[in-house]
Amino acid sequence: MSEVPGDLVYTEEHEWLRLEDDGSVILGITQHAQEALGDLVYVELPEVGQSLTAGDGVAVVESVKAASDVYSPLEAEVVAVNEALSDAPEKVNEDPYGDGWIARITPSDRSALEQLMSADAYQEFLDSLDD
Amino acid sequence: MTNLSKTCLHQTHVEAGAKMVDFGGWDMPLHYGSQLEEHHIVRRSAGMFDVSHMTVVDITGEAGQPKAFLERLLANDINKCATEGQAIYTCMLNADGGVIDDLIAYWMGGDSYRLVVNAATRDKDLEWMAQVAEAFAVTLRERSDLAMIAVQGPRARELAAGVLPAVLQERVQTLKPFRAVFDGDWFVARTGYTGEDGWEIIMPANDAPATWSSLAAAGIAPAGLGARDTLRLEAGLNLYGSDMDESTSPLESNLSWTVDFAGARDFVGEGALQEQTPARKLVGLVVLDRGVVRDHQTVLAPEGGELGEITSGGFSPTLERSIALARISVDSPERVEVEVRGRRLAASVVNPPFVRKGKILVSV
Repeated sequence: MSEVPGDLVYTEEHEWLRLEDDGSVILGITQHAQEALGDLVYVELPEVGQSLTAGDGVAVVESVKAASDVYSPLEAEVVAVNEALSDAPEKVNEDPYGDGWIARITPSDRSALEQLMSADAYQEFLDSLDD
Repeated sequence: MTNLSKTCLHQTHVEAGAKMVDFGGWDMPLHYGSQLEEHHIVRRSAGMFDVSHMTVVDITGEAGQPKAFLERLLANDINKCATEGQAIYTCMLNADGGVIDDLIAYWMGGDSYRLVVNAATRDKDLEWMAQVAEAFAVTLRERSDLAMIAVQGPRARELAAGVLPAVLQERVQTLKPFRAVFDGDWFVARTGYTGEDGWEIIMPANDAPATWSSLAAAGIAPAGLGARDTLRLEAGLNLYGSDMDESTSPLESNLSWTVDFAGARDFVGEGALQEQTPARKLVGLVVLDRGVVRDHQTVLAPEGGELGEITSGGFSPTLERSIALARISVDSPERVEVEVRGRRLAASVVNPPFVRKGKILVSV
């Protein structure tokens, strides 16, 4: 059973997003995603200032055996990246919703977040994958 | 959904919480939690792998016939097995010199031999062996009644010895590399696929679950196929189907040392190999930039010309950087580049192995 915190929103690509008080959005990958990937050994981070359109790759997470894209579900600009992952990609495995965050982005339109899945909807989505 | 085969240890893996994957039609453990930890424990202490999916074939026959059959079937010379239990690593080739499979062949004494071949190639291997065997008075017997556990790592022999049948415990103490001792259907060989010391233990399938538990109780950690793959890549050991197949010759697979042209054996593929001047070679790559290279990515000269491709690429937990085996042009430079998802990563060409017996053997 994957942990799905209630205060986040989710995508079908197993990313999570959290709206911060300052209007920016923190993005990472879910517990389910890190479990499926296995031990991460490299995270390719975006450039600060990079502009993203919805569906753009924002990062690449590489496990021992496979590489996987992380997508931005929103049109946004990258305002910060989790530099700590350069030396410690395992933080994504250990704490995917905390120290393992990937990037902070500023969406052009915050209301686009409402189109994403709630925790309940994501949990239902995960359950449907098990069938 | 295809029906996957299961080893006699399948239930044990599932109960241990292993992540199971389809490997050549077998439902096998990829890891039991962390592939990286399993890798390191084999390099530093001891781990064990269920390799019961591998195919064991026993060969018997009329006086001299099994040896004559293997002289024809194998590219390496079975006559190198001078003492009972001695083994050779070898390829069996098709008439064009392409690799049908790689395997270990043991002389079991008298007219008795044992071959251990890959699981994913079982059907075609057995078919090919049967075809070559038509000219000889031999009997091939697949031993699907047996299981196989590899214990690997610097402490593996010390920890596993007490788990073996009493009659073998003393005899394994003096066992040299690439030799085996056996008693009934228990068989212990000082071989492996990790670059570490250890044994591959073949036993009756019914004995395997209890043996696995005893090995675990002795302090040997279960390790999955994920760690097995990163360990063998660091050890510079080829994986059939990735680093070589029927379209590649052993001479371009870093396996010339396993082909024995001396003597008048006339093995299958010998004529074809003798006419070959390989244009490509299998080398090791150590990636200098950050990032991980993967199978089938293109290897380029710094000026841009294509040199070949990665046959096995991944992350080396011991080197903490990406390494690979690659088949490239024989006149490649020492510094190359690999195209990775639109970026070019610099890599240096090295002679495998990268790591053996816990030691890094390449400069990084």
